[in-house]
Amino acid sequence: MEKIRSSEITPEELYINRRQFIKAGSLALGAITVAACSQTEKPSGNPKSSATIEGSKNLEPTAETITKTDELGDPANSFEDITNFNNYYEFTIDKQKVASLSKNFQTRPWTVEVGGLVNKAKIYDLDELINKFTSEDRIYRMRCVEGWSMVIPWLGFPLKKILDEVEPTSNAKYVRFETIYDPDQMPGLKSPWYQWPYIEGLRLDEAMNDLAIISTGLYGNELLPQNGAPFRLVVPWKYGFKSIKSIVKIDLVDEMPKSLWMAAAPHEYGFYANVNPEVDHPRWSQSSERRIGEAGRRRTLMFNGYEEEVAHLYSGMNLNANY
Amino acid sequence: MKRFKFTKFQILVHLGALFPLIWIIWDYYMDNLTANPIQVVTLRTGKAAIVLLVLTLAVTPINTLFGFRQVIKVRRALGLYAFLYAGLHFAIFIGLDYVFDLELIIEAIFDKPFALVGFLTGLILIPLAITSTKGWMKRLGKNWKRLHWLIYGAGLLAVLHYTWSVKSDIRQPVAFGVIVILLLIARIHVVRKSLSRFRWKISSKVTELITPVRKLFSQIRPSRKSI
Repeated sequence: MEKIRSSEITPEELYINRRQFIKAGSLALGAITVAACSQTEKPSGNPKSSATIEGSKNLEPTAETITKTDELGDPANSFEDITNFNNYYEFTIDKQKVASLSKNFQTRPWTVEVGGLVNKAKIYDLDELINKFTSEDRIYRMRCVEGWSMVIPWLGFPLKKILDEVEPTSNAKYVRFETIYDPDQMPGLKSPWYQWPYIEGLRLDEAMNDLAIISTGLYGNELLPQNGAPFRLVVPWKYGFKSIKSIVKIDLVDEMPKSLWMAAAPHEYGFYANVNPEVDHPRWSQSSERRIGEAGRRRTLMFNGYEEEVAHLYSGMNLNANY
Repeated sequence: MKRFKFTKFQILVHLGALFPLIWIIWDYYMDNLTANPIQVVTLRTGKAAIVLLVLTLAVTPINTLFGFRQVIKVRRALGLYAFLYAGLHFAIFIGLDYVFDLELIIEAIFDKPFALVGFLTGLILIPLAITSTKGWMKRLGKNWKRLHWLIYGAGLLAVLHYTWSVKSDIRQPVAFGVIVILLLIARIHVVRKSLSRFRWKISSKVTELITPVRKLFSQIRPSRKSI
């Protein structure tokens, strides 16, 4: 994957200005389209066309983020989309309401305990972590198991950096992550359908892969609570739910951790959860996805388009069985 | 002219049935359909279709139990509204979600039971909607009733489709399933008879209670007129 230097990313003031400009422009465009439609009365089937129900909204992300694209050339989603359409069941299962329910979530003081099968267990303070490991810009695709995707410009550092510092012992085979459990701040924890806290896991070699990052920000700013502030995992070749949010604990272990989703529905969600158009969810097809901001569907890519970087981790494995 | 007069109850039903659609249009203009509007309108039209389908099924039992004859008059409208929302749901799936990408649509429908069951529900509703007119009722005679029993199949399939769309909290779909099954039980001949007997008991009790009140009102009314 091609890395993008921070100098290539549009500063926030610029994209906000541009956004307003484009909003005005797309309004005008929308008006023209409406006029055009009434003349021809023939709806266009082109997904990029503003004649779809999406109307002028469709044009925003495409135009405003010309300089911010992933390595496949697709534009990043808007800050607004990324921060207002979230799966974060600790707050609510309503994707639209996570932002407002989480806005007072306390992200400081915050410590992350890294331990288990390591030589140098350590409790990190959040700011210490941010200062210690230089942030890089990583523009990643995020593919949700529900069949939609976004392109997100994360700020973060490889997970490997932390793991190297605590020195996993030779017995360590897996990494286990745990989200904060705070019922006072997280109303969704009352839900009896899940075994809280949220748990996720990676095999150690997956965790050491350069694509696996700890993110602390996006679009050049610190993370907002709905995006997993202040400290979250991002593993772009796996379905979104693997990228665990608001982490307080990382343990090196010798046995495969049981994630929250594995416990909730073992036949539907496995440990690996690699994006794979060939292996369907038991109930629905995974062969296509909708990129947020677009009408129509894209074909889902093997390992979410990161095959070159991660396919070797799974060579010889039966991906149908290890879903 | 009198033929086209709507009762207050009918107007209420039509407005209620159109509300989900008006709400979607309102939210669209208010920019309140989230970053993934296609998913939202798909879910909302699907939900409206199921609710209206269940209400259609509830018509006869409501009449049996409460003797509320007016509901019989809106049954066809409720069924057709359910069909309208199911049609919108499908049209959104084909036209907006997959934008007529036939290969992907066929994969989505036939790969996994979730979409297939939804598709079957829609297929069942088509002949029911077509034959909902008075003309078809006459033409089909006894067979009309037999054909329209299929709506219970559609109701059960719709609930299954809904259940499969939910990640884990299946309380709502299960509630809908229980209601459909109860409504189906209420149609069994013996049950229906006893329900209807039960209604007479209730209604006679109610009349007993109401009659003195009515009398009181009828006494009050003339005095009102005089004012």
